[in-house]
Amino acid sequence: MKCDLCDNKANVFLTQIVNGKMQKVNLCEGCAKEKGVTDPTGFALADLLFGIGEEETVAGAPSGDACPTCGTTAEELRKSGRVGCANCYQVFSEGLDSLLRAMHKGTRHKGRVPDHLVERMSLRERKRRLDEEMDKAVREERFEDAAKLRDEINALGDGEGEGGSRRGATKVKAEQPEPSETA
Amino acid sequence: MMRFSTLLRNPAPWMCGTRKLPGIVISSRIRLARNLADYLFPTRADASVREAVREAVLPGVRGIPGMEKAFVKGMEDLPGVERRVLVERHLVSREHAGAEAGGAVVINRPQSMSIMINEEDHLRMQAMLPGFDLRSAFTHLQEADQHLEQQLDFAFDQRLGYLTSCPSNVGTGMRASVMLHLPGLVLADQMNKVINAINKIGLAVRGLFGEGSEAQSNLFQVSNQTTLGESEAEIIDRLERVAGQIIQNEIQARAKLLAERPDFVRDQVGRAYGLLRHARIIATKEALNHLSMLRLAIDLGWLPPQNEGDGNLDLVILDLQPAHMQWHAGHKLSPEERDMRRARLLRERLHSLPEPDMQGGAEDASADTPPNES
Ligand SMILES: [Zn+2]
Ligand SMILES: [Zn+2]
Repeated sequence: MKCDLCDNKANVFLTQIVNGKMQKVNLCEGCAKEKGVTDPTGFALADLLFGIGEEETVAGAPSGDACPTCGTTAEELRKSGRVGCANCYQVFSEGLDSLLRAMHKGTRHKGRVPDHLVERMSLRERKRRLDEEMDKAVREERFEDAAKLRDEINALGDGEGEGGSRRGATKVKAEQPEPSETA
Repeated sequence: MMRFSTLLRNPAPWMCGTRKLPGIVISSRIRLARNLADYLFPTRADASVREAVREAVLPGVRGIPGMEKAFVKGMEDLPGVERRVLVERHLVSREHAGAEAGGAVVINRPQSMSIMINEEDHLRMQAMLPGFDLRSAFTHLQEADQHLEQQLDFAFDQRLGYLTSCPSNVGTGMRASVMLHLPGLVLADQMNKVINAINKIGLAVRGLFGEGSEAQSNLFQVSNQTTLGESEAEIIDRLERVAGQIIQNEIQARAKLLAERPDFVRDQVGRAYGLLRHARIIATKEALNHLSMLRLAIDLGWLPPQNEGDGNLDLVILDLQPAHMQWHAGHKLSPEERDMRRARLLRERLHSLPEPDMQGGAEDASADTPPNES
């Protein structure tokens, strides 16, 4: 891959989020130095994203592979930084996971869950969240809360039961071959 | 349904509301990105799919509590200038103004919530409030979200959360931001330092008009950059803490400027007052920067607050924007024409503004605080 600024081979790859849009910058060592990219204070996300090397870009899936649902190819995803459908997150999970790791604070969703999915959420996942909350309560010395959470965890049982959903895709129809616009 | 002219004539409180002084936090905003599980995402979908998505989500969106008699428009039904006016009012994103088939916007009557359909994601919903109030904004939006998820099947993954077109939004799909007026830090040459510090902790700062410390009008938007691995509350907490710190820095910068270089500050305010009231030709950038000084003068008690009527500085800033100028003129304006009209607008709108009384100091340093102190 060539440097965005000159014809040398690029070996510094940056992903920057500008106005909520992901922008990719590929630079050779010379240009990177000149632009102050090696100086973390000079480039907004340098320290966060410096770890993204060539082998870790979105093109984790072998090029030529396309998402069976929407037809997005690894190359298109790499270029646009956009997935084409929910299923892309499974198809390109290998490449996307390293990108997400570099981009975000964590690799696991800790936020809201649609109300109707809370019940369908696997026991393990529910237990995991409660565990986390209990740890936090203990750390913050809210022992009454912690005790309540412990009771809730115990009430869930040992978490070995079938929670009803595969890891990952709750709503993504991975195995459906036809394009989803017919829905 | 609300008409465009009604919408324009009644700006929302978050655009021009009364704020506690010093009015450093102009407004708070929360945005959520959501997609339907069974449709291709807008950037991949063709016109027919995008239109199908619009039909699928519109009934639910119209039924959101508080959406009665909303402004509902397909983007293709809006003339270019009206789209750009909505962008200038932050009711629609710049990208959405150029939206293809199926693009639509729904804005509630008080304009505290706007929902873009088929932007980069099927739904981009935002709630805005005046001052420092991210939590209430989030509460409003969560109600809308819960209402919609009863009838729509959102793309959601247990591990990755809400799935979005761009991986940078995955997880909560939430972007929280505050708009800050920071003339003290800019005048004291500290803004770059602040921007670097904020970037390092995973938050983004951008100028409302123009980038970096060159931001015109000294208005900056601070927002979270990461959406996965933290809960909504954690993201909001962090942004609140950082914004609180920036407010303190701004207050200190103002106090220091007034203590060490009082004549410099008075000169800035005095020049702003004179130019805005008497210029005949004025560019946007110049006008915005001087308006920031008048805002500062109000915060310092040198000028009475301009909450009511045409002289409201927030409204003046909106009406100075290119699309607003063109919409009010009713025809396309040449750059020269625009600079003259802009100067006239300023003279008219600020004609009753008294001369600043610059004797007072900066002893008033009570900060904006979030309403919720838990
Ligand atoms: Zn180069
Ligand atoms: Zn796909």
